[in-house]
Amino acid sequence: MGMTIAEKIVARAAGVNEVHAGEIHTVTLDRMMSNDGTTHLTIDMYHNKLNHPHIADPGKVVFIVDHNIPAENPKTAAVHKKMREFSKEHGIKMYEGKGVCHQIMVEDYVCPGELIFGADSHTCSYGALGAFGTGVGCTDFLYGMVTGESWVMVPETLRFNLHGKLREGVYPRDLILTIIGDIGANGANYKCMEFAGDGAHALSVNDRFVLCNLAVEAGAKTGIVEPDEKVAAYVEAHGRKAEHMFVSDPDAKFTKVYEYDLDKIEPVVARPDFVDDVLPLRELLAGDEVKIDEAFLGSCNNGRIDELRVAAHMLKGKKVHPDVRFIVAPASNAVYLEALKEGIIDTLLEAGAMVMNCNCSVCWGSCQGVIGENEVLISTGTRNFKGRAGHKTSKVYLASAATVTASAIAGRITGAENLD
Amino acid sequence: MSSFTGKIWVLGDDIDTDIIIPTEYLALPTVDDMKKYAFSPLRPELAGQIQSGDIIVAGKNFGCGSSREQAPEIIKHLGVACVIAKSFARIFFRNSINNGLLLIESDLYDHVKEGDEISVTLGESIEHDGVSYPISPLPKNLTDILEAGGLVKAMQKRNGLI
Repeated sequence: MGMTIAEKIVARAAGVNEVHAGEIHTVTLDRMMSNDGTTHLTIDMYHNKLNHPHIADPGKVVFIVDHNIPAENPKTAAVHKKMREFSKEHGIKMYEGKGVCHQIMVEDYVCPGELIFGADSHTCSYGALGAFGTGVGCTDFLYGMVTGESWVMVPETLRFNLHGKLREGVYPRDLILTIIGDIGANGANYKCMEFAGDGAHALSVNDRFVLCNLAVEAGAKTGIVEPDEKVAAYVEAHGRKAEHMFVSDPDAKFTKVYEYDLDKIEPVVARPDFVDDVLPLRELLAGDEVKIDEAFLGSCNNGRIDELRVAAHMLKGKKVHPDVRFIVAPASNAVYLEALKEGIIDTLLEAGAMVMNCNCSVCWGSCQGVIGENEVLISTGTRNFKGRAGHKTSKVYLASAATVTASAIAGRITGAENLD
Repeated sequence: MSSFTGKIWVLGDDIDTDIIIPTEYLALPTVDDMKKYAFSPLRPELAGQIQSGDIIVAGKNFGCGSSREQAPEIIKHLGVACVIAKSFARIFFRNSINNGLLLIESDLYDHVKEGDEISVTLGESIEHDGVSYPISPLPKNLTDILEAGGLVKAMQKRNGLI
């Protein structure tokens, strides 16, 4: 029987010829990433719970400080210090302030066909490069770091065949929110979301990142876009080799196949407090006006050069609404430098945006731009859960960079086409 | 403990990890420091009300959201005997098993009210108000981890590697 992309990646990692959904396999991990959200817990367990503490291969482990960088209080400073000391002692590569963890992993490490554990739920992003990334907790991370192995249940696959192209003014962010709205916040629970078809291949690596990154918001174990020459070109341009470009066999078993015509997708928003509470922007605009206090452009989902270009294009010659804090956090230093070269940062600053360093920023809800009682945020972040960005009475709407920027200018939720 | 009885607390669908433990408390030094804030965005009084041996019953997709392992750890530290939900988000599921927190998939949520008492017989059934709800058994490698008290202990037992 044929195999899906996810099955082929697990088979390779398990060192066997064939695996199928539902089986449990012991796998060798290609790489492991942990950030300052939980690494301190892993380090504590390493010191306190193990009889024979050691690390199987420090070269496969990466620590990235991105959630609270620069540290904003002594507690997070202590977390970073612990990571710094541990990584020095064990020869683990560590990044501080270079960008959001998943962006750094895609820029510097991920190769097609790899099986990667990350101690962060959005590790599913690595499917942008045809890899199987999945989020785990710190105990799983510790076990992987010490043994070099772990166990995985081979996921079933939901196949999404994408056809055609998104219309102008509609973004991959609208597409993935639409899909999550359709299948629900647990619609892909335990499963792989595999994206293929001419519409998928027409998307850039950046756009594929947007799709795979939010797979976990439908409950998925991972999201993978069928890799192609664009992936190979990206990986090679970043000094790596694309050796395992797996695609699903014609007779692979999919639990369900979905067909999406991309030209029918329209701008959408996810309403508070659920990522799957998605409705077309035009329907939201037909109701009562939604005033906003803050707008955020950034995060592992949407802080790349493409989105910054969208924002700068819209803000040229305009101003952020006086009642709105517009916070922008480029996803990595590479993105930030590119934005500087293109004059994007000038445009953002001239318009009145606050441009932050490269970190999780507002999306993480404890580092920067925390919102107060009853305040409303529109965000390109990953989640809009109750209290996610601050006070428990605050509200978070999720949307594309274009809708977020338009709303920042208008002071209320609106679409790019409604601006003067 | 193959069989136990407890009072239930009922929560809804999509109880996410930011509800179980909000981000702002994650940097507190220990899980014991954090546990009083459990479920605080939804029900700030709940963490103080839960008694050891109580059971949480919820709807679909319990534990969705981040990979923060503090979420199942806190529930375990509150003394919760098990969480019974219509479905669990996968990272939370894995983290719970790895920390020895028992999870049971069941549609019990549709049939109970808060404060009810239920009996659980592992691998067999849940009894409530004269009705029996079957439980499907977990795969053996997961029950091995649970019975050992979590992944690290299970692996120490199995191969002494760590």
